[in-house]
Amino acid sequence: MREKIRIGCGAGFSGDRIEPALILTEKGNLDYLVLECLAERTIALAQKRKLQNPDLGYDVLLEKRISGLLPLLVKNKTRLVTNMGAANPIAGAKKIIELAKEQGLDVKVAAVIGDDVFSFFTGKEISIENERPIDSYGKLVSANAYLGVEAILPALASDADIILTGRVADPSLFLAPMIHEFGWEVDDFEKMGKGTVLGHLLECAGQITGGYFADPISKPIPDMDILGHPFVDIFSDGQGFISKVEGTGGAITVQTAKEQLLYEVLDPFHYYTPDVIADFSTVKIEEISKNQIQIKGGGGSSKPETYKVSVGYEAGFRGTGEISYAGAHAVERGELAAEIMSLRLKDKIENLKIDLIGMNSLHPAELAQNSQPYEVRLRVTGMCDSLPLAQEIGEEVEALYTNGPAGGGGARKYVEQVVGVISTLLERDQVKPGIQLFST
Amino acid sequence: MKKLAEIAHSRAGDKGNILVLSLIPFDPSDFEMLVNKVTAESVKEHLKNQVKGTVTRYVLPDLKAMQFTCTDALAGGVTTSLSLDAHGKSLSYALLEMEI
Repeated sequence: MREKIRIGCGAGFSGDRIEPALILTEKGNLDYLVLECLAERTIALAQKRKLQNPDLGYDVLLEKRISGLLPLLVKNKTRLVTNMGAANPIAGAKKIIELAKEQGLDVKVAAVIGDDVFSFFTGKEISIENERPIDSYGKLVSANAYLGVEAILPALASDADIILTGRVADPSLFLAPMIHEFGWEVDDFEKMGKGTVLGHLLECAGQITGGYFADPISKPIPDMDILGHPFVDIFSDGQGFISKVEGTGGAITVQTAKEQLLYEVLDPFHYYTPDVIADFSTVKIEEISKNQIQIKGGGGSSKPETYKVSVGYEAGFRGTGEISYAGAHAVERGELAAEIMSLRLKDKIENLKIDLIGMNSLHPAELAQNSQPYEVRLRVTGMCDSLPLAQEIGEEVEALYTNGPAGGGGARKYVEQVVGVISTLLERDQVKPGIQLFST
Repeated sequence: MKKLAEIAHSRAGDKGNILVLSLIPFDPSDFEMLVNKVTAESVKEHLKNQVKGTVTRYVLPDLKAMQFTCTDALAGGVTTSLSLDAHGKSLSYALLEMEI
């Protein structure tokens, strides 16, 4: 058993930058690289791609991310753990093998499966959000359970270089290597909690190095253009030291870590993952040196008895149109355009939202008191059952050019098919995780 | 009167239709004062046109931080919301507009 391992996080969401992971893998002296690329909605969209083509359904950027990383991972003997398998880890694993062969590299890939529980869903399960049966929301397109470390550990026990999962809880991607290397017991909830704290701090990559933090007035961060992604040195007792590669931009401080520790945490005393109900309230963060912090404390008590399942459903079509006004009476002309749009569309589209970007599109209107922008942009958006109706919103906004207030410019229109996501719970014994191995 | 933005920083997170806002003083010695002045009730009042549900406050003395968990706050949540900022990522700065 080892005393210390180093895990880096090179992506914190599906659209994250590619370069920081390359730098981490090349210069970070990592034992493990984690790429967290799967949000709630991402997997539902991936499921739709898989329906159209059974060879797809893995992360759309998988080829782009993995191609550049492969030679570095092989050279530095760094294992990769990533949820880029999305809706189809098996097809993703085959694609990675294909990419490795093209580069003449020898790799083994383990696909972690079992999170896809759609086939035995009845639709009568009750949603957590509104306590309604899930099939009352719309046509269901996907159901994926958030698996924990139990699904990843068999893959780590194999000789796979790359572990490709579908839906697993984000911190579990980090906790599993700790358990594997340190021989922690999965019912040692104190350790599970500490490892989950570290995983949670790392899982959004740049969000602990100054991304989503920087404010040039109150929270300045240097060299944002070359923002580095973090790594953590974890010791077998569960304490960690978080840092980043020398020469990269950004900053790791007590402040960046506090913001990230609490990010998306509903209850800091009870943070639920499939592995543990973790307590974040006792975490201690201390700055050791520039861009290096020590994380101690944190813990956990038990683990949830059920798995959370993310269910995707077809929610209709969202149509949007935008047009801008500037200069004298810009706000008044924008307000007139908004009134015209409301009168032209309200009888056809029930669920319509009209904002003036620059005034009230992000925050409640009353917070914008006394502000008088030079430019405003009208935004009209609505949810519709049909594509043609959704398109009509953008068409009406565009027509404001010649049928609306003076000086409207820069009209844009677009439509998206919307996949909604709701959650339900599933008994643990109904889910059967497994792995499949592939080699070059 | 001061705006919270002068004293503290915040990060917004989302889980479905639930908005989570942290509040962290720049100077840890301001923590007690923030605990006294920024309550679940005052945050609910400040964000009443954003947060349709309840506000629960978690006080974290070890971290010198607070967390506000706001239900029914994101127009349905990221997937089906009609808001420009469907995640509510900009709403940390809505909290920081609060005056104390």
